[in-house]
Amino acid sequence: MKVDCDHSDFLRAARYVAVFVAFATFSMATGSLHAQVQSTVTAPDSIATRVQACTACHGEKGQGSGNNYFPRLAGKPAGYLFNQLVAFRDGRRKYPPMNYLLAYLPDTYLQEMADYFATQQVPFPVLPKPNVGPQVLALGKQLGLQGDAARHIPSCVACHGPSLTGVSPDIPGLLGLDSKYISAQLGASRYGTRVAATSTCMKKVVVLLSEADIAAVSAWLSSLPAPENSAPAPAGSVKLALTCESAETR
Amino acid sequence: MSTASPPSTYMGRRTGTSWWMLCIAFGLLALAQVGRSQDASVIAQGQYLARAGDCIACHSNPGDKPFAGGRAMITPFGTLYSPNISPDPVTGIGTWTSDQFYNMMRTGRSPSGQLIYPAMPFAAYTKVTRADDDAIFAYLKSVPPVHQQNQDQDLRFPYNNRNLLMGWRTLYFKEGEYKPDPSKSSEWNRGAYLVEGLGHCSMCHTAINALGGSSASSAYQGGLIPMQEWYAPSLTSNREAGLGEWSIEDISDLLQAGVSKRGAVYGPMAEVVYNSLQYLSDADIHAMAIYLKALPSTGETAAPTETETQDKLRLFPLGKKIYEAQCAMCHGLNGEGRGWDFPPLAGNQSIQMTSSVNPIRMVLNGGYPPGTIRNPRPYGMPPFAQQLSDEEVAAVVTYIRTAWHNHGAAIQAHDVNVLRPAPLN
Repeated sequence: MKVDCDHSDFLRAARYVAVFVAFATFSMATGSLHAQVQSTVTAPDSIATRVQACTACHGEKGQGSGNNYFPRLAGKPAGYLFNQLVAFRDGRRKYPPMNYLLAYLPDTYLQEMADYFATQQVPFPVLPKPNVGPQVLALGKQLGLQGDAARHIPSCVACHGPSLTGVSPDIPGLLGLDSKYISAQLGASRYGTRVAATSTCMKKVVVLLSEADIAAVSAWLSSLPAPENSAPAPAGSVKLALTCESAETR
Repeated sequence: MSTASPPSTYMGRRTGTSWWMLCIAFGLLALAQVGRSQDASVIAQGQYLARAGDCIACHSNPGDKPFAGGRAMITPFGTLYSPNISPDPVTGIGTWTSDQFYNMMRTGRSPSGQLIYPAMPFAAYTKVTRADDDAIFAYLKSVPPVHQQNQDQDLRFPYNNRNLLMGWRTLYFKEGEYKPDPSKSSEWNRGAYLVEGLGHCSMCHTAINALGGSSASSAYQGGLIPMQEWYAPSLTSNREAGLGEWSIEDISDLLQAGVSKRGAVYGPMAEVVYNSLQYLSDADIHAMAIYLKALPSTGETAAPTETETQDKLRLFPLGKKIYEAQCAMCHGLNGEGRGWDFPPLAGNQSIQMTSSVNPIRMVLNGGYPPGTIRNPRPYGMPPFAQQLSDEEVAAVVTYIRTAWHNHGAAIQAHDVNVLRPAPLN
C-alpha cells in the first residue's frame, strides 16, 4: 500500500514498460492477424486457374511445349479431349503422371476442362524439321493423302478432315504435334497401352502399318505448315472411311 | 320377393366372398409391396454401408464393371488380386448365404474355410454388426453380376502359404463386434464404430511392420504406406495430422469435401474421399470427426526448437526465390492460402512432419484433391518434376517447412531424388 502510494521511480518505470510491452504485443498480434487476413494470393477464380495442373506441362493455353510428350491441346475437338481425359482417368490410356492427376475427378469436371482447351486459339508451334530423307516424307504424304488401297489402309485425311485439323466432336487434329509424339501414340494404339473409348477403329488401321509406315507418316505430319483455319471440320461434314463399332462406351 | 331373395342372398354371399378374396389379394399385394420396399431400403442401406467400407476401391478396376475384382495390389510380399464380389454364381459370390458373408467379414475366412489375406481389412470389418453385414450382402446381391474369373495370387515364398496367416492372426487379429463405450456419447461411439470398423482407417494410419501387421498399441500413429511411397500421417500427434487442434467443421470438410481451410486430401486419401467418405451423411461425418478429434494425443505436442542446419542456411534463400516465383500466386506470400481453393502452408502440419515424403511428392507430382459432391471442381497443384531439379525441389520444400514459424526440418537433394521414381498409380 505504502509502496504503491509512493510512486517510486522504479514502479513508474515498470508501469511504462508494462504499457509499452502491452502495446507492442498488441500491435504484433494485430500485425500477425493482419497478415493472416490480408490475402496475398493473386490467382483469380477461373477455369484457367483450375487447370494450372495441366498447363504447367501443356502450356498456358494448351499450345503444347517443346517437350515431345506434352502435346498441344488447344483447339482439338472437345469430345476427343474429353474421351482422352476419361481414358487417362480410368487407366485405359497409360501415362502415369496423367493417370495420377485425373484419378479422382468426375466426368462433369473433365468435360469442363475439355471444353476449355477446345476453345483456346493459339498459333501453332514451329516444329523441328523431321530428320528424314525425301523418300520417307514422300511415303508419309502418300499414306496421309491417299492411303494404300492394296493394303486396305485408309488415308489420314479420310477421317481426320481434309485439312487434318480433326472433325467434331471426337476425331483429333494431327497438326502441330512433334513426330516423336505421333509415332509414340500410333505405337501405343497398336500395343494396347492407348485404348480410348472410340479408338478401336484407329487400332484397326495401326495394325496394318509397318514401323517404316509409322515413321514416315509421323515425320510427314510434323513437317506440315500450320493450317489457315485451325478449327476442326464440323460434325458430319466428313464421310468417314470407317466407322467405330465401339463408339458406344464400354 | 321370396324368389328374388335367394339370388340376392346368393349374390350377397358371392359379393362377400369376392370381397374377402379381394381383401386377401390386396393384403398380399400390400405385404409384398412392404417387403419390396423393405428390401429396397435394406439394399439402399447396404449401398451406403458398402461405400463406408470402400469395397469398390479394391474390388473393381477403375472404369470397369464394379465389384468384378481383379485389381492388382502390389505388396511387399508379392501381388494380390482382389476377388470378384459381384453376384455371379460361378465367379462371384452369387451362391453365398448371408451367414457365409457375415462369417467372412467377422472371421476372415472364406466359405470354404480358407484363410483370407489381410489385405482384406477383416481385422477392422470384424467390428461390423450382423445387421450391417446383412445389408451390405443384400446390396452386393443386387448389383449386376459380372462373369470374370478370379486371378491367382502371385505371392513370393513363403507368403504364398496361407497357413502362415495363422501366425499373423494370432498377433494382429482380434475377432469381435464393436463394443460401445458407455462412458462416451452415442455420437462418439458411432464415430468409433465407423472409423475402427467399415472405415478401416488404421490400415494406413497405423505403421505397418515387417510382418504386414498393424500393432494395436500404436494405433493411428501414422506410417509409410508400403509400396505406394506416401506417408499416412499420425492421427494422434498434433505435429502430424493430429486433429486435436482442428475444428469439427474443418475435420468434417476434409473428410466429406476433400478440402478444408486447414488443408486438402491428396495421394491415397483422395481415393478414400472420392469413393467412400463423400457419400456419408452429415451426421456420420460429424460423428467420425468427434471421434477423431478426441483420439488421445501421443508424442510431444510442443514443436521442436528450430535448428539452423547447414542445409537450411544453404537452401532457404533459393527456396524463397522459387516459392515467390512459382507458389505464392496460389498459396500466398505468407503461406496463408485461400480457404478451400489453395491449402495454407503456414502452420500446415502435413508439410512439417518428420517424414518429408508427402511435401516432396506434392511438389514433384502435383495433384488434384478429389472432385466431390461438395467440391466438384477442385483446384489442382501443378507437377514440378519436369521443371525443377532435385536441388531446387529440396530448396522450396525446405523453405515451406521452415518459413512462417513452421517447424519442419531442412531436406536434401537426395531425399527428392529417391522419390522421383515413386509409383504414381
